Amino acid sequence: MGIDLAFIWAFLIAFAVLAYVVMDGFDLGIGILFPFFREKRDRDTMMNTVAPVWDGNETWLVMGGGGLMAVFPLAYATVLTALYVPLIAMLLGLIFRGVAFEFRWRTKRWLPVWDWGFCVGSTVAAFSQGIALGALIEGIPVADRAYAGGWWNWLTPFSVATGISLVIGYALLGATWLVLKTTDDLAARAREIARPATYLTLLGMGVFSLWTPLIGPHYLGRWLSFPAVIFSVLVPLLVLACVAVIISGLNRQKDAPPFLAALGLFVLGFAGIGISFYPYIVPPSLTIQQAAAPHASLAFLLVGALVLIPIILAYTAYAYWVFRGKVRPGEGYH
Amino acid sequence: MLENLDALLLARLQFAFTISFHIVLPAFTIGLASYLFVLNALWLITKRQVYEELFEFWKTIFAVAFGMGVVSGIVMSYQFGTNWSQFSDKVGPVIGPLMGYEVLTAFFLEAGFLGVMLFGFHRVGHGLHLFATGMVALGTLLSATWILAANSWMQTPAGFGVNEAGQFVPLDWWAIIFTPSFPYRFVHMVLAAYLTTALVVGACGAWHLLRGGAPRRSSTMFVMAMGMVAVVTPLQILAGDQHGLNTLEHQPAKVMAMEGHFDSHPDGAPLILFGLPDQKNKRVDYAISIPGLSSLILKHGWKEPLAGLDTIPDELEPPVAVVFWSFRIMVGLGMAMLLLGLWSAVAWWRGRLTTDRWLHRAAVVMGPSGFLAILAGWITTEVGRQPYTVYGHLLTAESVSPIAAPAVAVSLLAFIAVYFFVFGAGIFYIVRLMARLPAEPEEEVLDKGPVRTAGITPGPAQGTPQGDTHGH
Repeated sequence: MGIDLAFIWAFLIAFAVLAYVVMDGFDLGIGILFPFFREKRDRDTMMNTVAPVWDGNETWLVMGGGGLMAVFPLAYATVLTALYVPLIAMLLGLIFRGVAFEFRWRTKRWLPVWDWGFCVGSTVAAFSQGIALGALIEGIPVADRAYAGGWWNWLTPFSVATGISLVIGYALLGATWLVLKTTDDLAARAREIARPATYLTLLGMGVFSLWTPLIGPHYLGRWLSFPAVIFSVLVPLLVLACVAVIISGLNRQKDAPPFLAALGLFVLGFAGIGISFYPYIVPPSLTIQQAAAPHASLAFLLVGALVLIPIILAYTAYAYWVFRGKVRPGEGYH
Repeated sequence: MLENLDALLLARLQFAFTISFHIVLPAFTIGLASYLFVLNALWLITKRQVYEELFEFWKTIFAVAFGMGVVSGIVMSYQFGTNWSQFSDKVGPVIGPLMGYEVLTAFFLEAGFLGVMLFGFHRVGHGLHLFATGMVALGTLLSATWILAANSWMQTPAGFGVNEAGQFVPLDWWAIIFTPSFPYRFVHMVLAAYLTTALVVGACGAWHLLRGGAPRRSSTMFVMAMGMVAVVTPLQILAGDQHGLNTLEHQPAKVMAMEGHFDSHPDGAPLILFGLPDQKNKRVDYAISIPGLSSLILKHGWKEPLAGLDTIPDELEPPVAVVFWSFRIMVGLGMAMLLLGLWSAVAWWRGRLTTDRWLHRAAVVMGPSGFLAILAGWITTEVGRQPYTVYGHLLTAESVSPIAAPAVAVSLLAFIAVYFFVFGAGIFYIVRLMARLPAEPEEEVLDKGPVRTAGITPGPAQGTPQGDTHGH
């Protein structure tokens, strides 16, 4: 076999996680932004902008988790054990926000409870995902095919900082999504929020980039090796270009460019993390090769993935197309 | 050592708790998705208003149940790694791809078309909307197929080898997916899902018939549901019997526990109807039994020999009392469903199906029986294969994560608190949605003269103010 299936799978899992981050990112962002919108009418509209698609967005998280178990079972086993507490917190957060999509329309008296659940659940899920990312970058010790650390190792200043940064980043995605999907006062308010969120996201990415080599000097070596160094030089420039597009788009009352450029920020950040990790999947303990499942497992699922992922992307795009355009207050989906 | 044991027990409790809450939701949505597809198709074919009204009514309930199923399902997909990391590392190469296919073929399909089905009625054509409903229903069935293939492989593993790292390695995918117990388990589970949904729909229809509201819709759903119960229950009992024979062949210790057979019976085994299994002293106290009947059911002969748990080493025996009782609860409920189905068939024959108030009361009482039977059945099969996760090859004690007991204890308490709060509320909303059936305008207005002004749209969202009509 000429091509190494483990690397193809590493790319596909990374793709699934990125798809999750950019798609669920904006709908978690809607929840994070709930406190900035007090009116029930606004909150109804905000929720309606994501109601038909949130479930599909979250399926990429199941794809990332389930796929990891299938093709990198050792990585799945060690990472999920190491990140026990943040992941359980994320799951509980996702429960509260997921049910809120239906529950808040089924009751009047408990509306504040599910509004609160949607907001806190979204924020906790986002914060936990950021913590998990930070802890993964800091490294997970593995011995004898098992996680070899304690159940509080994930809690460090760095992981808390990545957690906060991700909450802000998702809030930016949510705000620019609202700029794209809503009208009048709601869109104007989203525009006001998007501006500081952009600068704070930029700050978060900057701190993250300077701090990462301090906790793991090998990351710096990785960034400066060829051909990654080309990317290391380009990324900061592209990040600044995205920020410029967001800000000018907001200033000129454009609908789509701020959202697309905010997605660009996430893609760039994600690619940077991917390059830093390579060739590890669980730094600094397991490489992609070491964690990979036997060839028969990789090949069997790959056939399905290569046929089905394009079909999934096609009907997902169709679902977004059906619900295209602005969502107006009180309109709902009829 | 003692601490490890505690963490293991806590991890098992957590899995049992989260999967018990989860499993009833997909079971309900599998049946409901197919029911919605039938209603949608009937409406397009016959153009009878009642089918559209029922579609709208059950669609809202489906949305609430489906949302709960999604979030409790995400928990399951991560719990293998958090609490059962040794299992994931060793078994991931075999059952991981099956779950991967579940995500790729089922979850995305359901999620992708759910939005169109729930919110897209006026954005796409009727044909496309029916197609979306069909895709959601198909997705629920595909999901059941893959997850039962994975579960069946754990019960009756086949088509694998073991590598030097101790991982199970796939050798023959056909054998892995179509293990000896898979066809039985699949048929038994899907019929259970349809039966459970029929019992809920029937109870809802019966409740409204008893209260005299919306007779056209209530009787339509009651007749459809009782038809299902009458036809599917005998099939389910047959499927269950065949599944039991299959289990006897591949997991005899499970059947010994179900039957409460501590001793081998060389000249025909009795069927113990009731009794108190005492695993420590290896006997069933106060047993009421019918001689030879167990051998007749399992081996088709009164005098056929049947081995007992005395042939199994003590440490490899499943917990007998749990399996013994859960099996009896499942069978008992199944018999009650059979009676309900027969009663409905007789009432239908006499033309009294929509007027027999005692039948309606019985149907209301039987509403939750499908959920209870599913839980009892799952407890029977899952506890019955202990102490293994992969039957005969991997012990549960060798599957658990190296995580401290307090972490598992705290997360278990958190899951219990959150599940009771959130899913308690969800069940309350579903019951309240089922209890509300707005008065019928339209067709009956034409029959009985004008009672209402035009412009009132039927449907469950009718009573809510504008802007609240999400999910309509």
